[in-house]
Amino acid sequence: MHWGWFIACAVLLLLLPLVIDTHTPTVLLIWALFALSLGMMWGYAGLLSFGHSAYFGLGAYVYAIAAVNIGESTIPLLLSILVPALVAAVIGAMMFYGRISDVYMSVITLVVTLILFKFMNATAGDAYRIGDARLGGFNGMPGFPTLNVPGVPELSLFGTPTYYVCAVALLLCYLLCRWILARSFGRVLVGIRENESRCALMGYNVAAYKTAIFSLSAAMAGLSGCLFANWAEIVTPSVFSLRQAAEVIIWVIVGGLGTLVGPIIGAAVLGMVKLLLGEQTTIDNALILGLLLIIVVLAIPRGVVPAVARGWAAWRRTRVRGNGAAGARRRLGTAQGMRG
Amino acid sequence: MDYAAVVFLEILYMIAFLALTSAGLAIVFGMMRVINLAHGEFVMLGGYITIACAKAGVNTYFAMLVLAPLAVGIWGLIVERLIIRFLYGRMIDVMLATWGLSLLMVGAVSMIFGTTAVSIPAPIPGYQLGTYQMGGYNLFIIAVTALLIGAMWVVLRFTRAGLVARGAMQGPDVVAALGYDPRKVYMATFTVGAALSGLAGGVLAPLTGLLPSSGGAYIAKAFITVITGGSAVISGTLSSAALLGLVNQLVSFEAGPVIGEIAMLVLAIVLLRLMPQGITGRFFRGGT
Repeated sequence: MHWGWFIACAVLLLLLPLVIDTHTPTVLLIWALFALSLGMMWGYAGLLSFGHSAYFGLGAYVYAIAAVNIGESTIPLLLSILVPALVAAVIGAMMFYGRISDVYMSVITLVVTLILFKFMNATAGDAYRIGDARLGGFNGMPGFPTLNVPGVPELSLFGTPTYYVCAVALLLCYLLCRWILARSFGRVLVGIRENESRCALMGYNVAAYKTAIFSLSAAMAGLSGCLFANWAEIVTPSVFSLRQAAEVIIWVIVGGLGTLVGPIIGAAVLGMVKLLLGEQTTIDNALILGLLLIIVVLAIPRGVVPAVARGWAAWRRTRVRGNGAAGARRRLGTAQGMRG
Repeated sequence: MDYAAVVFLEILYMIAFLALTSAGLAIVFGMMRVINLAHGEFVMLGGYITIACAKAGVNTYFAMLVLAPLAVGIWGLIVERLIIRFLYGRMIDVMLATWGLSLLMVGAVSMIFGTTAVSIPAPIPGYQLGTYQMGGYNLFIIAVTALLIGAMWVVLRFTRAGLVARGAMQGPDVVAALGYDPRKVYMATFTVGAALSGLAGGVLAPLTGLLPSSGGAYIAKAFITVITGGSAVISGTLSSAALLGLVNQLVSFEAGPVIGEIAMLVLAIVLLRLMPQGITGRFFRGGT
């Protein structure tokens, strides 16, 4: 893990508010965290969820409902991480212990987000409430308390402090993912992705590992959903939509499947593109996103970041031409340094 | 007694609706293992073409039964040549590429036709069944679906083309050794599947106002019907459409359409968990 790069990026992120307005970068960070959660599960464990927006939306709604009922934001924040994790654990256990994977997992996860979307859309009216929180149907839930300093409900965060919370959340989750991948848990996940039967035959409980990573990924998605609710200050059923589920997949695959940085960059760049495209009406932004996805699947199936990394490594190899042992060592070093 | 007839007809209509919208996807998935997530948009395109032609003066039936399948079939051919043919055997990649295609089509249709709903009136008037007013057009849809499924079965079972298609599905190498090019078979199959989607869109066009986003409503149900049906094209689609349609309508009559749809989705999850290869992976194996 390149600590140098990490510290440089962290410093950059933390100093950014001094230069530009933080409203847009905040949502880009949130989307990056969401993409990271899917990228971790899909890239390293090989589990593609077509409905990861379900946990994003659950995090957002759980935060809103709990915040309205409780008033102070620490518990709602924790709930918005735990509830999606729990739901994912249940659904994941149902799927993975039934040895469902690949296409059928995609269908089931898609159906789950659809169910949530349809259900939330139909909850308009006073009858649908949890505690004091009216669910609001397709109009959504506005006006819930935003994050506040833990224990001090009057000090609520909006604007730049929210940006810092999102930046810290993203950095911490990235470190968490790196840590997991360095331990045996992460290595077993990669083994499951590469050859599941071999892992099972070696004695690992494949279903348990899959459920665990699915649950963890849902927890991170839930966190990003909670932060999204705080940024947008309204939660609507569109967080569960097929559109949202498709977008996160596009971010991960364009950014780079099999890396942690790829989804982050993909989400940030494509999120920015989407926001810019949304401001003009000549070309519909769905058209551009769709075209982009098709081109990436056909031409760069592993995503942009691995392609760039390969290009960089190849360029570096043309630079280190040396004679004798030093040159050979350098050549050998760069060849072995290529990481996925 | 009248109420029983109404319930029966509504259930039959729901089954026909599911079967009609899934037919194109079932052919493409059952024969080629290609999951075309742009299927809903193909249906939507068929609807738009029908409405555009009907508004331009063409006979509605001609537009929906001939022009829509033709146009969407040609579009399907283009898509197959440009996108799908590079991705055979890569199921997830096909799903992603066709999802991108669906976004592209929604964007393009929004730009061409605008985002306000367009519609044409149903060409068949309603009728009276006891004390209930029923939509006559629903009967037409049921009839068209029955004819379509029947025609598909006849073609697959009794014609040479159907035999070659089934052969290419089961053993492309053998079919190639016998002199037929599997790639041409796949191309033709995808085109036919697209045409059927266009037909479904055309037939369903008079029902509600059509929006560029209508495709999203079709794809979810069609996808679920096809996957729970399994790999057999006709028996799979029919059996899952029957089961899902029945549950959807019965629960709708009790608790409203939203709960009915949710019940159908939950049933789909249960079925997939119990029979991961689909209904025809377990029963009716080896059927068409």
